[in-house]
Amino acid sequence: MELIHHILNTGWVTLFDVVPIAAILVFFQAVVIRRVPPNPKRIAVGFLYVLVGLTLFLVGLEMALFPVGETMARQLTDPQFLGGDALLGRVNWLDYLWVYAFAAAIGFATTAAEPSLIAVALKAEQISGGAIKANGLRFAVAIGVAVGVSLGAYRIVSGTPLHWYIIAGYVVVMVQTIWASKFIVALAYDSGGVTTSTVTVPVVTALGLGLASTIPGRSPLLDGFGLIAFASLFPIMAVLAYANLAAWLQRRRHVRDQNGQEETNP
Amino acid sequence: MGEFLKIAKGLARLLMDAARDLLPIVVVIAFFQAVVIREPFPNLTDTLIGTAFVIVGLAFFVRGLEMGLFPLGEAMAQAFAKKGSVLWLMGFAFALGFGTTVAEPALIAVAAEAASTAAEGGLIGHDEASLDDYAYGLRMTVALSVGIAIVIGVVRIIKGWPIQWVIIGGYLCIVVLTFFAPPEIVGIAYDSGGVTTSTITVPLVTALGVGLATSIRGRNPMTDGFGLIALASLTPMMFVMVYGMVY
Repeated sequence: MELIHHILNTGWVTLFDVVPIAAILVFFQAVVIRRVPPNPKRIAVGFLYVLVGLTLFLVGLEMALFPVGETMARQLTDPQFLGGDALLGRVNWLDYLWVYAFAAAIGFATTAAEPSLIAVALKAEQISGGAIKANGLRFAVAIGVAVGVSLGAYRIVSGTPLHWYIIAGYVVVMVQTIWASKFIVALAYDSGGVTTSTVTVPVVTALGLGLASTIPGRSPLLDGFGLIAFASLFPIMAVLAYANLAAWLQRRRHVRDQNGQEETNP
Repeated sequence: MGEFLKIAKGLARLLMDAARDLLPIVVVIAFFQAVVIREPFPNLTDTLIGTAFVIVGLAFFVRGLEMGLFPLGEAMAQAFAKKGSVLWLMGFAFALGFGTTVAEPALIAVAAEAASTAAEGGLIGHDEASLDDYAYGLRMTVALSVGIAIVIGVVRIIKGWPIQWVIIGGYLCIVVLTFFAPPEIVGIAYDSGGVTTSTITVPLVTALGVGLATSIRGRNPMTDGFGLIALASLTPMMFVMVYGMVY
């Protein structure tokens, strides 16, 4: 019974998220475009599916993932669990190795299930005519989030200023952009924004707040932020790196093929 | 009967895909519970039911995406391109960016946290009214910045400006602003870029960009169509830092 109540409640909240968007779409459709879009019935059913899907998704996340994620973040950052210097109230970044590993693993895993990323990856595969594989893109992005969240956890532990990491990241992205194929640059930039939504944000935020509140000398309010910033910057680097690597491999294969041809045709 | 079988097959495939998407989370949690934390798992039944919900929900969402959000976003982009009214298109772009962001739950949560941080840092008073005021102003600022971002992004698609110049210009602005903004706000500002783009906004905005780039001659959907989300996660960082400076 409680479950049904919870589902209805979440459905109601999700409906409220969708209503302003639907209102804008209907207004511009009716007043400006003044033409019924093709397959209106199918589109309406699609919206209903999105609503139902998001509701069930959120209810499930709140039941299964969020409590577990929060508990684990707390358990892993507990000085009793960490042992060593943490028990004496000192911070030794090496005591937190399991935290970095967990940050990377959960960053990867939540990104793999992120619906916004699935949407963009599907679109990219369709538009590129299959040159970009949806799952390959999602894998690259998930690796980026894993590295980013892990480094972000290290930053909270070490207490180093956030903006130096982000600015350094920007410089790397700029340099990569110069070498990357222009074909993928826009998609790479977009992949930074889509990784951090429904699944990743709550879990990663819980981890950041857990870390900042248990480490001596860190304030959850001042140091707990920043993990999301890492999680949206590093996928850009990862996708660009993937593009850089693919281009390099292709160039090398091309050169080898030419050499091979010269050998067989003297 | 054949029709029914086809639907059942499609459903099974969607559920399989969703289960595969969720598998990494299950593996990570199981590994850390069993190997590292080594404590009994709390509430196993709830977790299993919740996981089933997540799988079914994800399957429905992806199906709805392909049936509803993508086709509508693209149809509207094409209709606007055919109509040729840039002004209406700008209006639509702004409304979509502002309207989808202002009610975003993640943003509301971050704005409230930001207000407490600002109070802690002594920027504003500790009373309820000034906290609410600050959070509300911040939310409006971010929503405004996303609306402006989508407008700039649409102009970029029409004009065909390369995305990297727009983004690198934005990065430089953020770096400069970082040194002038109050340090308490920098972390929140950087995070606010990531939280603005919700699960319903992303497919719609992506379809809008791709649809526009497809219908405008000389534009490539791959190089020109993407990039709206990137802008929408860049401008909030700037606007929030400016907000912290002037408030």
